[in-house]
Amino acid sequence: MDGGAILERLRARLGSSVIETHAQHGDHTAVVDRAALPAALTFCHDDDDLGFDVLMDLTAVDYQKYPGREDGPRFEVVYHLYSLRGNHRVRIKVRVDEDDAVVPTAVPLWPIADWFEREVWDMFGVRFEGHPNLRRLLMYEEFVGHPLRKDYPINRRQPLIGPRI
Amino acid sequence: MGVGSFFTSKLDEAIGWARKYSIFQYPFVTACCGMEYMATSCSHYDVDRFGAGLPRFSPRQADVLFVVGTISHKMAPVLKRIYEQMTEPKWVVAFGVCTCTGGFYDNYATVQGIDTIIPVDVYIPGCPPRPESVIDGLMKLQEKIAVGVQRY
Repeated sequence: MDGGAILERLRARLGSSVIETHAQHGDHTAVVDRAALPAALTFCHDDDDLGFDVLMDLTAVDYQKYPGREDGPRFEVVYHLYSLRGNHRVRIKVRVDEDDAVVPTAVPLWPIADWFEREVWDMFGVRFEGHPNLRRLLMYEEFVGHPLRKDYPINRRQPLIGPRI
Repeated sequence: MGVGSFFTSKLDEAIGWARKYSIFQYPFVTACCGMEYMATSCSHYDVDRFGAGLPRFSPRQADVLFVVGTISHKMAPVLKRIYEQMTEPKWVVAFGVCTCTGGFYDNYATVQGIDTIIPVDVYIPGCPPRPESVIDGLMKLQEKIAVGVQRY
């Protein structure tokens, strides 16, 4: 399925919940409203023509210091979907604010989302509502803060043992 | 010098000489330096010439702890536990810049040099160090072992 056709299908189904779409270097992206995210992902997963059966990646971006995006929603959670049957891809983005950094979970659709979402929680502090086990994945439990946030000091150390640096 | 002290010092010398040619190492391999460690251990460079050819994969049977590769803060308590489990006399070699200083991993996750956790006898810098520098470090360690210098 062609990338443009995928975006067209999403727009036809979700209407104004698709905030914007764009395509760059053959990669097609749809930014959807958070309230419509479960519907969008379920549609991508279940629809026969789309058939996105693989969640290639789930990550987040911190736009706190990004030129032109300083006052907009701080985080973007990004879903990279791939269809084995149709050999096509799409990228779904959802924007969330810092005070309300919560996104519905994708674990029921793609079990791999379990660890991806734990990683995003660990690194960015975006919570996933309905996740079965939202603990840190890479850092240790005693770690304070979320290290990939742009306001995490680059020289802050939190050693478990040894002298404090 | 009395006869007694003459024999004790000669005995220490003999023990030092024996120890430096029977190094049982514990390789604590966490990262890419392990490749260079393997190259050093195998027949091309052959650390068996220095009596260090038999790695023991139990810290209780080892004399020298080879810390090979980046140590994260999450791994640090494990490394310390391994070090404490080794029986004395024991020595520690920091293998590669990551173990010496943290290397280029100047970030939230990496220990900035294992000497912030455990005492280190020999530092082998390099990213990763060539087998020649590993052997050089091993010979420097042998010199320390021979005269009985320990830092634990």
